[in-house]
Amino acid sequence: MTVQHHPASSLQGAAILPLKDGRDGGLIFTIAVLSFLACIAVIAALAADRAAQGWAKQLAGSATVQVRPAGGQSGPEAAAQAAEALAGVKGVLEARAMDRKSAEALLEPWLGKGNIPADLPLPQLVTVELDPEKPATAAALNQALSAAHLNAAVDDHSRWMADVRASSDTVRTSSAIACLLISAAAGAVIAFATRQGLAARREIVEVLHLCGAEDPFVARLFQKRFAGLAMRASAYGALAAAAVGAILRLTGGSDGFSPALPIAWTDLAACVAAPVLGAIVAAVSAHSVAMAILREQV
Amino acid sequence: MPIPGAMSSQGTEFTTQTALDATIPVVSFESVSMRYGQSPEVLRDLNFTLAPGSFHFLTGASGAGKSSLLKLIYMAARPSRGALRIFDRDISHTPREHLPFLRRRIGVVFQEFRLLDHLNAFDNVALPLRIAGRKVEDYQADVVELLEWVGLGHRLWAMPPTLSGGEKQRLSIARAVVTKPDILLADEPTGNVDHAMALRILRLLVELNRMGATVVIASHDQDLVARSGMPVMHLEDGQLSTLAPAASPPPATNPVEEIE
Repeated sequence: MTVQHHPASSLQGAAILPLKDGRDGGLIFTIAVLSFLACIAVIAALAADRAAQGWAKQLAGSATVQVRPAGGQSGPEAAAQAAEALAGVKGVLEARAMDRKSAEALLEPWLGKGNIPADLPLPQLVTVELDPEKPATAAALNQALSAAHLNAAVDDHSRWMADVRASSDTVRTSSAIACLLISAAAGAVIAFATRQGLAARREIVEVLHLCGAEDPFVARLFQKRFAGLAMRASAYGALAAAAVGAILRLTGGSDGFSPALPIAWTDLAACVAAPVLGAIVAAVSAHSVAMAILREQV
Repeated sequence: MPIPGAMSSQGTEFTTQTALDATIPVVSFESVSMRYGQSPEVLRDLNFTLAPGSFHFLTGASGAGKSSLLKLIYMAARPSRGALRIFDRDISHTPREHLPFLRRRIGVVFQEFRLLDHLNAFDNVALPLRIAGRKVEDYQADVVELLEWVGLGHRLWAMPPTLSGGEKQRLSIARAVVTKPDILLADEPTGNVDHAMALRILRLLVELNRMGATVVIASHDQDLVARSGMPVMHLEDGQLSTLAPAASPPPATNPVEEIE
């Protein structure tokens, strides 16, 4: 017989469940993919939210007033009077009557340069730059125009802002639902793996029980094992998602992937949470399934 | 054979975990029957008791129900009928979550060893202690000494697949007794070893019995049973046909000493 010599300090309890399992590869791949999808969903949601905030800020910072000349007053005169009246309103930084050349420039994309007849009536517009801190309300602008006896319509972009906010909320909600569904899928995968693991390790579980192990002790073994495995797999998926995000950020310049989806470096930090959340989902799922199965035994 | 003083963490001689009342049987079967699922009963109307510190052989042909009877005692199965009391607890009505604490007072040696192949000899023996929440620094010396006592002091780090049949059996015995059980059950402990090793293993079990454990050995090694001179329970077709002498402690001097 071979005599083996080891330092007494090496007498440490080895893992009660075998560390390696032939089925781990598939499980790691599946959880890594789920983690990748969840991270991409969160990154996209953060970028979309940032884009929506940018649009809303731009819209909130300005208003457009269309003036209708009356009483023999010319269009440019009415517009100039309106700009003067609006400039004095609290919360307005600047009000500027748009001249015909600027109005024609707005139509050029649709009608082409030089194709606008000189006698074509164009709306008399006043662009109003609002104080971003305390912007003037549409009611205040209307009041100033009425006081100046001007017939005009104020567009403070509130309709568009509502649409932008609704779109932003939809993206955020969709992302949250996607993350929840992905977490549930990960939990279901772990539950299935735990069931398989308990069946495959039935003899070990029996020995543990015969040695006096309580159900929570056995369940904790599976919980620890699958939480560790899920943490590792989620980290792989998160790393892949962060790499994709970094590539989009680098290839898209300062705007990120596109101005419509401006990815920031800070968005990638969201991937850090994936391994922790993956481990928590796996731990809860494995423990509850293991306990349910063990309770069915003698 | 040296007394395994190391089995106690305090370095004292082996004693049972709790003081048992010698007048109360550690095991009591009252009209106990058992079946697996909907199959016919494998054990029928068993009536017997085991006194604390007694030593019994359980004999019978293959399929007579020896392993099933042991399963009832180590609570891996429950009776389908009758009253089974272990340590004066009605097992039929004991909640599942209370069973582990009773099982910790029972050591089991399996014919097929049931060692964990991915754990070395030390970890296999230490398993019941880890389950009981003991720390490695508290039990390390005890486990090493116990392994030396069963003749495996030089195989502490050996993995079970590298051990011989006799070594596996002794490792299984070490695991069964490491918690100083009140009851020690052995299912064909000499079934996979040669005669010399069978005598050595029997000697270990007798020594444990002398230290206070109630021992039941299921065996169909008639020669070994005859040489031991211990009481024999005989199972035939699921019924206990003989019990002689009835539930008594082993004699002060017994024929097993001839093999020591």
